[in-house]
Amino acid sequence: MKRAFKLEGLNCANCAEKIEREIKALKGVNFASINFMTAKMIIDGDDSRFDDIVKAAQKIVIRYEPDVVVKKA
Amino acid sequence: MPIAPHQKRIAEIAIGLGLFLFALLLEAENAARLLLFLAAYAVTGGDVILRAARNISRRQIFDENFLMSVATIGAFCIGQYSEAVAVMLFYKIGMLFQGRAVEKSRRSIAELMNIRPDYANVKRGDVIDRVDPDEVNIGDVIVIKPGEKVPLDCVVMEGSSTLDTLPLTGESMPKAVRKGDELLSGSVNLNGLLVARVTKNASESTASKILDLVENASAKKSKHENFITKFARCYTPAVVGGAAFIAVVPPLVLEGAAFGDWIYRALVFLVISCPCALVISIPLSFFGGLGAAARKGILVKGSNYLEALADAEVAVFDKTGTLTKGTFKVQEVVSKDIYNNEEILKFAAGAESFSNHPISLSIRRAYGKEIDAALISNVKEIPGQGVTATVEGRFVAAGNAKMMQMLDISISAEDLVDAATVVHVAVDGEYKGYIVIGDVIKEDAVKAISELKAQRVKKVVMLTGDAKPVAESVALNLGIDEAYGGLLPADKVQKLEELMASKSPKGKLIFVGDGINDAPVLARADVGIAMGGLGSDAAIEAADVVIMTDEPSKVPVAIKIAKRTLAIARQNIAIALGVKCAVLALGALGVATMWAAVFADVGVTLIAVFNAIRVLGSRL
Repeated sequence: MKRAFKLEGLNCANCAEKIEREIKALKGVNFASINFMTAKMIIDGDDSRFDDIVKAAQKIVIRYEPDVVVKKA
Repeated sequence: MPIAPHQKRIAEIAIGLGLFLFALLLEAENAARLLLFLAAYAVTGGDVILRAARNISRRQIFDENFLMSVATIGAFCIGQYSEAVAVMLFYKIGMLFQGRAVEKSRRSIAELMNIRPDYANVKRGDVIDRVDPDEVNIGDVIVIKPGEKVPLDCVVMEGSSTLDTLPLTGESMPKAVRKGDELLSGSVNLNGLLVARVTKNASESTASKILDLVENASAKKSKHENFITKFARCYTPAVVGGAAFIAVVPPLVLEGAAFGDWIYRALVFLVISCPCALVISIPLSFFGGLGAAARKGILVKGSNYLEALADAEVAVFDKTGTLTKGTFKVQEVVSKDIYNNEEILKFAAGAESFSNHPISLSIRRAYGKEIDAALISNVKEIPGQGVTATVEGRFVAAGNAKMMQMLDISISAEDLVDAATVVHVAVDGEYKGYIVIGDVIKEDAVKAISELKAQRVKKVVMLTGDAKPVAESVALNLGIDEAYGGLLPADKVQKLEELMASKSPKGKLIFVGDGINDAPVLARADVGIAMGGLGSDAAIEAADVVIMTDEPSKVPVAIKIAKRTLAIARQNIAIALGVKCAVLALGALGVATMWAAVFADVGVTLIAVFNAIRVLGSRL
């Protein structure tokens, strides 16, 4: 399953890069990318684990950028 | 009244600045002055320290909040009060500008990509509902009023109008549409009211496809971006390590070295240790380049392809449909006898009147008059040669030289033209003349080739399935360096391999085709460019770059944009690394102050961001 999210308030390019790297390393994630310019995050992961992946990804985002709001795009 | 976050930040900076200036005015070194500095620091930098503390508790050290906090608190500890506050103030002002600059560039890119339709007017019975394009199904009937965006790909059922397709194709000439025409989502209806039936749902429509493509393009990173990412990972730990070394080692080793002095130098290091300028500005430069190209109707699927385009050394074109229109046209009629040109055309058109071959069609078009079928009989088509028929009671043969030979009709050597497709015409066994038929070269093809050369593309090659003489004559007309004719699809791949092997290792090979029959070649080239991609899913899939219109002159434009983007990205790397290294060196020697360090950090980021935005503004 592949889904796009909007990261509202993403202002730190370096953090975006770190977040992307950690999400890519999550179990069950086939592909992940954060476009700093459009503040868009795309996650492609296994269907069976997708909800867990999204939750874990959200946690990672908040850890690096506490002010960012993750929304469905 | 709620305060917007940036207003709050401006207020903090203003109060901090006021307190800071007031403290500077107090000349005496007393507790009141220190208190003022501390207050100024708390107002401006309080949130930075809070964030740093919060991040440490989440085991995120080495982030910029932490580094700034350590640097400024350190400055307080060694008695550099004014510097501590000034650094924090500058940092906050810089961050404010940086946020604005990023916001501005995001907005200008969003404007560029302003093709996403907001709503659709769906007609259900007699009622017209305004709904989200996502809720419209294939087969629904929609109404598009003047001034509105076409919300989904559809076919006109009623009405006529002109459409502005500029945002999709970069083509400024409005396009006339009427009943039966296909409309692409994202174009704007200029004047008439249109009623249309939806052919694709929102996510499959052209506008979403284009947006997806451009937004996801930055996932395929260029070498420059990868370099910066790797560099950033090592940069911060290295600089922080350097700071620790400077703070501790020289005072212990060097005679008469003061701890305070070396700690100050170490703090300068900490201030410059964030790699933000690089991390923001390089992807931003590339993203700007992708946006600028999209505005010209050129969709580039990744920053890496932009990078490759800038190094284009060999450009290989497919002929039919790429450099030529793929429609045949009579270019010349030569008569060898008492007949005039029109009579030759009349006999040929008559003989060819039952064939639907493109060549026959072109001869009939050139003749331009109705052909009375009753006057034509005994039509015989000889595959690979031509046709014979009885026209107005005379035996007519129209075909190639082989056919004339077979019928024992002699042709003088000067008439054996082999530059193009030639139809020889004989009447009652006597040679009467010939008709030259050629594919029509696109208006901008010559310009495309000459501009490619101006962009220092060393070699322009044409591959085609057409006969060699045809290929050579087109190549000569266009100023193409090498032309290979008579190629089957598999031969094209092989020829491309040969060309790939003959270029320099650094130079890139681009292939331009119409994307329909040349998918393997598109895939094999360093950059595969498909032309006339609008509406063709196959072409969009196979290619690395999609040119929305069918103008070959967009190829040099894409290279120009790529080169400009690369130039700006390189400038940004040079500025950011250069200034940071210089300040690091000066800082180690004790020459650079923390003020210089703040400039090296935030100032450079700002310069780089503004520089990157220039890519978007480029008029090409």
